[in-house]
Amino acid sequence: MSLLKVTSPHASGQSRVSAVMRDVLLATLPGVVVLTAYFGPGTLVNIVFGGLIAVGCEYAIVALRGRDPKVAVGDLSVLVTSTLLCIALPPYAPWWLIAIGVLTSVLLGKQVFGGLGYNPFNPAMVGYVVLLISFPVQMSAWASPRGLAEVPGLMDTFRHLFAPTTIDAVTAATPLDLLRQNTGLLFDDLLTSSPELTGWGGIGWFEANLAFLLGGTWLLYRRVFTWHAPIAMLAAVAICALMGYDGGSSQSGGSALFHLFSGATMFAAFFIVTDPVSSAVSNKGRLIFGALIGVLIYLIRTLGNYPDAVAFAVLILNFCAPFIDHYTQPKVYGTGSRES
Amino acid sequence: MRQIHDIHGGIHPPERKALSRPGELEPAPLPPVLVLPLRQHLGVPALPIVNVGDRVLGGQTIAEAQGVMSVPVHAPTSGTVTAIEARSIAHASGLQDQCIVIETDGQHEWLSFTGITEWRALDAAALVEHVRAAGVAGMGGAGFPTAVKLNPGPTRPIETLLVNGTECEPYITADDTLMQCQADELIEGAQILAHIVSAESILIGIEDNKPDAIASVEAAIARSGAEIELATFPTKYPSGGEKQIIEILTGHQVPSGGIPADIGLVCVNPGTAVAAKRAIIDGVPLTHRIVTLTGEALASPQNVTACLGTPITALLTHAGLNAAPQQRIIHGGPMMGFAVSDLNAPITKITNCLLAPTPTELPLPEPAKPCIRCGHCAEACPASLLPQQLYWYARAKDQEQLAEHRLFDCIECGACAYVCPSQIPLVQYYRAAKGQIRDSEQEKRRSDNSRERFEARQVRLETEAAEREAKRAARKAAAQSKAAEDGADPIQAAIERAKARKAEQASEPEQTP
Repeated sequence: MSLLKVTSPHASGQSRVSAVMRDVLLATLPGVVVLTAYFGPGTLVNIVFGGLIAVGCEYAIVALRGRDPKVAVGDLSVLVTSTLLCIALPPYAPWWLIAIGVLTSVLLGKQVFGGLGYNPFNPAMVGYVVLLISFPVQMSAWASPRGLAEVPGLMDTFRHLFAPTTIDAVTAATPLDLLRQNTGLLFDDLLTSSPELTGWGGIGWFEANLAFLLGGTWLLYRRVFTWHAPIAMLAAVAICALMGYDGGSSQSGGSALFHLFSGATMFAAFFIVTDPVSSAVSNKGRLIFGALIGVLIYLIRTLGNYPDAVAFAVLILNFCAPFIDHYTQPKVYGTGSRES
Repeated sequence: MRQIHDIHGGIHPPERKALSRPGELEPAPLPPVLVLPLRQHLGVPALPIVNVGDRVLGGQTIAEAQGVMSVPVHAPTSGTVTAIEARSIAHASGLQDQCIVIETDGQHEWLSFTGITEWRALDAAALVEHVRAAGVAGMGGAGFPTAVKLNPGPTRPIETLLVNGTECEPYITADDTLMQCQADELIEGAQILAHIVSAESILIGIEDNKPDAIASVEAAIARSGAEIELATFPTKYPSGGEKQIIEILTGHQVPSGGIPADIGLVCVNPGTAVAAKRAIIDGVPLTHRIVTLTGEALASPQNVTACLGTPITALLTHAGLNAAPQQRIIHGGPMMGFAVSDLNAPITKITNCLLAPTPTELPLPEPAKPCIRCGHCAEACPASLLPQQLYWYARAKDQEQLAEHRLFDCIECGACAYVCPSQIPLVQYYRAAKGQIRDSEQEKRRSDNSRERFEARQVRLETEAAEREAKRAARKAAAQSKAAEDGADPIQAAIERAKARKAEQASEPEQTP
């Protein structure tokens, strides 16, 4: 018998990085299903194609760095990055758009800094912003929801990936586009003026937001993250929207419900803002982090040049995270916090 | 009903306490050889007062305390001293330390002791001396000399004596067993300790996963008729940390860097209270303790009363160790205990548990993955630290930030590492960082010392030079003043003399032949 020297603690809990990542992937399912139901299989194809590129790229680069690529790919983090990016990309995006986005995310967003845990920015948002700035036309071509246009089949969608002419992808303005282009209509009239805007956040959009909220709530229940950042972000968006509602005039910034359930709001709150690596660390810090992202999202949506704003808002706050951390250290036991 | 406060963080690891059947207590067999380290406590080692070849009796003092931060060592049974030398001890470092080795003779010949029944008539100082002479050191794990703890000084009035019966570490049931089997002694001991520190009240805290111990202590309090409060609180690790149980039961926090006495509390382990009772009322020194032998690698996990100095291997064999080819033996519990590196090392006053897990029971840690800053550690930390940041700064050896993030408020409970999804050995990073900081502080002290020495020398040399100069000046002044007394300036006088001589020569040229 030889004696093992191991340092304490000798017991360990059940939580593992790969399980956390798997939970995040599973939690995207309701949202992906709804997007597929309303906008066709475009998002699904994005995810599959993007995932293949991402895994290949991560494997190759980690092997080049002289680390064990199986461990790196095995933690599933690269799939989370690519899946989140691909959900954010317009359905029926051309293959090169997906490829550039995924490669940017994995290489420039993550691996140049040293891989998982070392990236100061949310990798998916790095890829998204590079695409948005470089290819604004392709990036703003979101599909029309089912009911307003013919939705292509799965095989057609795959073919479309490499031969963009095979299907006549019908694109439409997103509800947020319509809102920012509105000049003359009262907000309530705007909602009834165009078929895309039916419901609180627009056809498909409302349902997708609800589905991401569902997935996010499950992650909260699984304690993958705390409520602080997502709830702070949603509250900030809602409060800003209430302040900018303007009684629903033609200058209105849109109602709080519209902002909460349109665009990428819920997706951002539960899947982007909650990225632990690039966010603030303390609960207080995460409240501030989430709230400022919410404020920025609203400001960019209503005053900026881009219809949706999650990626910019998140990247800007990623910059601020160390600064927030510095000022939000929790009171340590015995340093005169709760009791004299 | 006392208000129970919650502490920040904490975890709920599997308790596994039933395994060692708490409440049943048997004596461990007497080993042929006892190895008694001279330092079984925190502080200065004791000084041997026996020689190799001496026959010693049970209870005989074999090493005396050296100074205040030290406690004596006693022979746990009769036998012969066969060696006083460095032996392996149960310590995380795996290093050796000076030990007195006794070959036991199985005669169980003991010194006779006289206790003090009228202890209430004695003053604190006399009682403390008895506690010290009986070799009592904190039996919860740290081994702090009890006599020192009982003397918090006039600036720290003590309101409450707190008996910490939490025993929050998984597996360990030594205190549980003690509270069930020796509750009356515990109550007596607590009263003695409270008398010594002039505490107005006695409070016993027990986690609610020990209903038998609670019932037993409750009954003992009723029998004693004393006014002692028993508080129970929800089970959570690490509620048994001294700082934690104080916050749970009082709502107050021990100031950072301070001690419980700063807020009017003295906190002791139940085993320490029983040892104090025996020291005073029976006059018997501390020579035995209760040890939990547990883990699935043991055929019969149990609690035993063992002689201090019993080799670990003897106890494990007694409990039927079925060792794996690579076996981990843990001294203490699974959260804060350390892996023993030599089974011949003896148990000491701080050994509450020996844990022999199977590889499936407590699997070896997986290779650490990168920190994803998920923050689970910060949620689990009972000290409200940010373990993920500490980890980052510990790796970067950024001592300034480590201080900023209050590394030294970490109690090394292991809750952060337990919940870490990346399986990072966080506590080990903190221990290493603390060691480095202590080293560099010592380094700084040393260089400060030599600088001060150098500066002192400079000052001394300058003073000496100045003194010499002053003496010279004084001599000169003295000579001058002497000349002045003689009536003339010596130089002037010399000139005058020379002139006079010249004048003489000039006036008498003719007389030259």
